[in-house]
Amino acid sequence: MSEPVNTSIDSNPEALKVETPFQRFASDFMENRVAVVALVVLIGIIFIALFAPLISPTNPYDLATVSIMDSKLEPGSKSMGGTTYWLGTDGAGRDLLSSIFYGLRISLGVGIASAIVALLIGTSVGLVAAYYGGRTDTLIMRFVDIQLSFPTILVALILLAVLGKGVDKIIIALVIVQWAYYARTVRASALVERNKEYVEAATCLALGDRRILFRHLLPNCMPPLIVVGTMQTASAIALEATLSFLGVGLPVTEPSLGLLISNGFEYMLSEKYWISFFPGIALLITIVSINLVGDQLRDVLNPRLQK
Amino acid sequence: MSVFIIRRLMQAVLVVWIMSLLVFVGVNIVGDPVDMLINPEADQAEIERVIKELGLDRPIHEQYWFFVANALKGDLGNSFIFNQPALKLILQRMPATFELAIVSLLMAIVIGIPLGVYAGLKPDSKISKTVMATSILGFSLPSFWVGLMMIMVFAVMLGWLPSFGRGDTVPLFGIEVSFLTWDGLRHLFLPALNLALFNISLVIRLTRAGTREVVHQDYIKFARAKGLSQNRIIFVHLMKNIMIPVVTVLGLEFGGLIAFSVVTETIFSWPGMGKLIIDALQNLDRPVVVAYLMIIVVLFVVINLVVDILYSILDPRVRLQDLKG
Amino acid sequence: MTDTPTLAVENLETHFFTKAGVAKAVDGVSFTVNKGEIMGLVGESGSGKSVTGFSILGLVDPPGRVVGGKVLFNGEDLVGASEERMQKLRGKKIAMIFQDPMMTLNPVLRIDTQMIETVLAHEKVDKETARQRSRDALGQVGISAAEERMKAYPHQFSGGMRQRVAIAIALLNKPDLIIADEPTTALDVTIQGQILYEAQKLCRETGTALIWITHDLAVVAGLADKISVMYAGRLAEQGLIDDVLDHPVHPYTIGLLGSIPGHNTRGQRLHQIPGMTPSLLSLPEGCAFKERCNFADDACLLRQEVTQPVAGRSVRCCHPQLGAAT
Repeated sequence: MSEPVNTSIDSNPEALKVETPFQRFASDFMENRVAVVALVVLIGIIFIALFAPLISPTNPYDLATVSIMDSKLEPGSKSMGGTTYWLGTDGAGRDLLSSIFYGLRISLGVGIASAIVALLIGTSVGLVAAYYGGRTDTLIMRFVDIQLSFPTILVALILLAVLGKGVDKIIIALVIVQWAYYARTVRASALVERNKEYVEAATCLALGDRRILFRHLLPNCMPPLIVVGTMQTASAIALEATLSFLGVGLPVTEPSLGLLISNGFEYMLSEKYWISFFPGIALLITIVSINLVGDQLRDVLNPRLQK
Repeated sequence: MSVFIIRRLMQAVLVVWIMSLLVFVGVNIVGDPVDMLINPEADQAEIERVIKELGLDRPIHEQYWFFVANALKGDLGNSFIFNQPALKLILQRMPATFELAIVSLLMAIVIGIPLGVYAGLKPDSKISKTVMATSILGFSLPSFWVGLMMIMVFAVMLGWLPSFGRGDTVPLFGIEVSFLTWDGLRHLFLPALNLALFNISLVIRLTRAGTREVVHQDYIKFARAKGLSQNRIIFVHLMKNIMIPVVTVLGLEFGGLIAFSVVTETIFSWPGMGKLIIDALQNLDRPVVVAYLMIIVVLFVVINLVVDILYSILDPRVRLQDLKG
Repeated sequence: MTDTPTLAVENLETHFFTKAGVAKAVDGVSFTVNKGEIMGLVGESGSGKSVTGFSILGLVDPPGRVVGGKVLFNGEDLVGASEERMQKLRGKKIAMIFQDPMMTLNPVLRIDTQMIETVLAHEKVDKETARQRSRDALGQVGISAAEERMKAYPHQFSGGMRQRVAIAIALLNKPDLIIADEPTTALDVTIQGQILYEAQKLCRETGTALIWITHDLAVVAGLADKISVMYAGRLAEQGLIDDVLDHPVHPYTIGLLGSIPGHNTRGQRLHQIPGMTPSLLSLPEGCAFKERCNFADDACLLRQEVTQPVAGRSVRCCHPQLGAAT
């Protein structure tokens, strides 16, 4: 009934007879129609983000092609050169559809980059805390707990106040906001694993600490990590959008969706809603589809893969 | 019980102290303190004067003690923009933010708990399923966008409610509050709702999960076997059990409300602390930023402390554990 | 025996409609309990004894429901009675004691709250009267000087005390019938003994009927007037306690009594009924016990009717062992 979705580079075409864990996972995942739709949408969005310069109708940041005469046009209107502005234009005459494509690129890029770095850092810290236990663990976890008890936006604001503006600074801030969450999740799974016999066995064999950590503990922490990673990416994207909207996020030269929305804010009261509305929808669809996929991943990965 | 409080107080003080260190380090070592604390438009002589005054030419640990001493006195520097003590500026705006946060919290409770209990008692009804699906939206939608949409729909298109600012205020115990005037309420409604959305979803999910768990417990069956009325079972037996986690989460969320008010206040031009700090960040009014951060940290720590104490009051099992421990 | 029995259950059927099939937890059970009588309802886990208790009170949760039969309480049929009517009876005329008092007392409410509310739910008295009644009830179960104790929370009491509180709650409104579902299983033997003694005394004095549900034959032996043995949702055998225990007729009862350690001689293997209790979802055709019965034959493929092989007894079996003695 279900065809395997070629989302993962990992699927092994040679394992025909035996149903691999991945195939089982894929068929479980696809039981939820909504999540599958969300996944497809998400792939579409990633595709757009990756190939934005190639597929977008205009380049909104090429000043030569942008004309102030075209500004604030309604969705569907045509430009002087005959191209249709499907979603209208913004205050400076830029095609909104193209701006959204480029914006997706940046929003997604920053969000995913920060999530990955946070994942790496958080996972390492979590593994170390779980493995070494004792004082190291307590100390690290206190730190994690305190950080997690502050709302993310506050931590981000503090960091940005200190660091200033710039893409790299934003990514650093997002990383610092997120790592604690990964650390806590990984530590929890690793603790469960640590107490299992095979770790004792490995220790008896005098395998190095690092080897035990990475080859043994880590693979078993993957399922919750994948789920958390997905949800956190959505949060990171939302947070970056919020910060950019507030004007303390990415600089104007890197217009993420948040900035686009903020640009359109001033036109809201004069009923030129589309300038904020469409970038907002794009942001919404991105975040909601990531969350839906993450939700389904959580349901599928949870009871099962804890063999 | 008092041992418990003392221990928590000490932890709280520790956290505040560490945060002050972090803020100080952030301002003085990572950033350039001259930039941060001195108005960039001052001329050289002025800059030197201020450097001397603020002690920026002294060794770092002296500067830190200076900072702490001043902070404890209530002096956290002067705003560049307004040329007034930063602390005073923040305190002036606090009532507005608190008003917004408290009304939001109340909305979350009044809307979220009944819906959550209903969804927990009748999980298969259409209403419950709709409620749960909508609550997912409450989590995922970035609140600033929802705020924009609210303005668009309710203020611009329908014209029912105002789109910015705070309404008329009247003094209550010396503090200006706006929820006692009709105009004030009209202005409060949209921003408070916007701020509350995340929490409403949270409360719905929490109460529903709690209700579903509690409803299957033996003590509920026993209550039925005693012939108690449905109302008594729901409002006394059930509620008291689910309230504990809900109250704890809400209490902690109050801090989140204060933090997220930065977004709502910006969108709705609500004259609170949040708007102040965003403006300050954009205008590089660092003393205000520093003051805001310290105040927020203290606020947070106090809130966490209060919630912990409340929790131990509500759950009799915890109370006695601490007595022994 | 000319009074209406306090409880007369006729052909009670309670089924659970699960995804895996229909489980007939109670399949045609009948018995009577008269004023002041104590009946032991005995069976293994899964035999349907607890569900019988809940069915009487109308507390069977979905996916289960009472699908047939009558439950005549003082002559009134409770099956199909309105929820309102049931609410009036529960806690007032029919009280139930559950197995684990830690779970049946609400952990966040005080003991006095939980007792007073039971009184106030059924009578319009003032709180002081209700409190006094609660104190008296606690005194009845051996908790004296209850005033201070009542203000405590359940987790501050020991297991034995909590069960006494649960019993006191059952006694508050002086019910006509008490259904006790394994009330002493979670307690240690000495407390158990005390509670059994007090239960007997109570029924003799007040004329309250008592159904004591348990899997432990020893408990029932010293306590009950009559006994009903359940297996796989059906009644295997019923009768007066001494009759049944001394001269069991149903092969299952014989097996149960035979497997009590102490009945065999030292050095001999402990006797066990072979096989396992069948799952209610896949009961064999005909007699539920035939797979494990030494005396079964083809006649047992048919569903057994209840017969009265000897005076005062009923048994559901093709091959009642009339000559057996323990």
